Amino acid sequence: MTRSRRILIFGGLALAAFSMFYGVYYALFVEHQTLDGMGTSLATSFIRAAERNLPESQASLTAFVATKYNYVRQIDCHSHWIGLATLMLVLGMAFDHVAFSESVRQLLAWSLLLGSILFPLAVILQTADHGPLFRGLAIIGSALIIVSLTGVAAGFARQAPH
Amino acid sequence: MSARRLYVFGGISLIALGMLFGDIFAVFILHQNAGQQGAALVAAAHAVAQKDPAAAGAAFQSLGNLLEDRGTKVDTHAHMIGAGYIALLLALAQPYVALKPKTKKFLARLFVFAGIALPIGIFTIHYIGLAYSPFPVIGWASVLADLSGFLLGVVVTAELWGVWRYVRAGSVATEPELPQDRSWARRTLLAGGTLLVLLGFLIGAYYAAADLYRHEKMEGDILGAMLNDAVTNGAAQLTTHATDFGNLAGAHAVKIAAHSHAIEFGILAILLAFIQPYVLLSETWQRRWILTLLVGSVLLPVFVYRELEWGLVAGGIADIGGLMVIVALVAMLVGVLRYSGQLDATGAAQ
Repeated sequence: MTRSRRILIFGGLALAAFSMFYGVYYALFVEHQTLDGMGTSLATSFIRAAERNLPESQASLTAFVATKYNYVRQIDCHSHWIGLATLMLVLGMAFDHVAFSESVRQLLAWSLLLGSILFPLAVILQTADHGPLFRGLAIIGSALIIVSLTGVAAGFARQAPH
Repeated sequence: MSARRLYVFGGISLIALGMLFGDIFAVFILHQNAGQQGAALVAAAHAVAQKDPAAAGAAFQSLGNLLEDRGTKVDTHAHMIGAGYIALLLALAQPYVALKPKTKKFLARLFVFAGIALPIGIFTIHYIGLAYSPFPVIGWASVLADLSGFLLGVVVTAELWGVWRYVRAGSVATEPELPQDRSWARRTLLAGGTLLVLLGFLIGAYYAAADLYRHEKMEGDILGAMLNDAVTNGAAQLTTHATDFGNLAGAHAVKIAAHSHAIEFGILAILLAFIQPYVLLSETWQRRWILTLLVGSVLLPVFVYRELEWGLVAGGIADIGGLMVIVALVAMLVGVLRYSGQLDATGAAQ
């Protein structure tokens, strides 16, 4: 097995295993509480407004928006880690068909692995800090994936040099 | 039929059925459900205007019910296709699974059975509820879904055990590996699939950069304005706010759907590149179906993305795209059925 394939297959397996453990932890200890919190805060906001308790209604609505902001990123992080790990595994099986030299294939594989770790990690870190730092890291991570995928597609389409 | 062929046949069937279910869901249920959700939100806002907290609570209960209805159908669609992808991956892994052919075949049958039972369980959760259930919060449909998911996990674990045995035995393939040719079919599916994944990424990146934060802010603003109007102005503007909220949810949904479908079709194309040796069709027809699959895979996400601007025309073209992918998959299934078993026979001879 070539080194570039090893990077993708073992990197993909490690990322898949890590994201599954994260998913189990998230489902058991975070998700239900978050969903419950989201539903309750939105319903409470309407019920308090019906009671004409406007400060509490506004506070519940603010809590709903904040909880949903975190929920979207938690789910995005989990699903993107799993999805990118699957993509790396599938590409790893086919990577010898990328008609470039092994050193170029390794470069593509490393940037795909790095982007696949960095992008979802930066997304989840946005729940801790809403500033530009983690948004910027997420952009860098996704750019790495996009550039390496473009290279892989070109390699697949290219006729192998004889 | 060998274990590998069972996985190929079962995998493509599950994906085709999952897509067909998704098309039916989109046409007959999705839009109606969204309308009912809007009506429940308006009812909650009317309850606020009429100072009726109990009615507001009841409206949210109804909203929760509608969300469960929609959620279980989306999950049925996604799990059927997901199980199909895993089946195709397992088909590719078969030469590296050091288990007896009889055990492999049993595992493949169990996987296909559980892959069918899982979406049936998920689909019926909303309808069966807690009827005749001995458990306080889990119904029989959930039990079926959970049991099927457990069986899928058992099969994958057993296959991994087989791979471990293969590695320990000196990495000698237990059956012939699929041919590693660089045929037109394989190159087109690999390159086309990767480009589709790339397209999905670009859609997702554009959405995150241009719309995500704006949409999140708009959601809070619309709900705040709705509550404010319900308290101060009565029911006058509530329908307008509900429409704005529905449009926002629609914009979010179509962009996420375009992003995820492009990536899923891309991974499907890459997986199909490997199983082409099992598709016994003439080269001309093989090319036709591959092009049909790739064109449909582009049409669906692109026109789903434009659905809010171009309306029903875009929706119709997207549905045709989905249908093209389904037809191409069924044609490949026919090819798998026509396959004479040459690779299997080689394996048996060895």
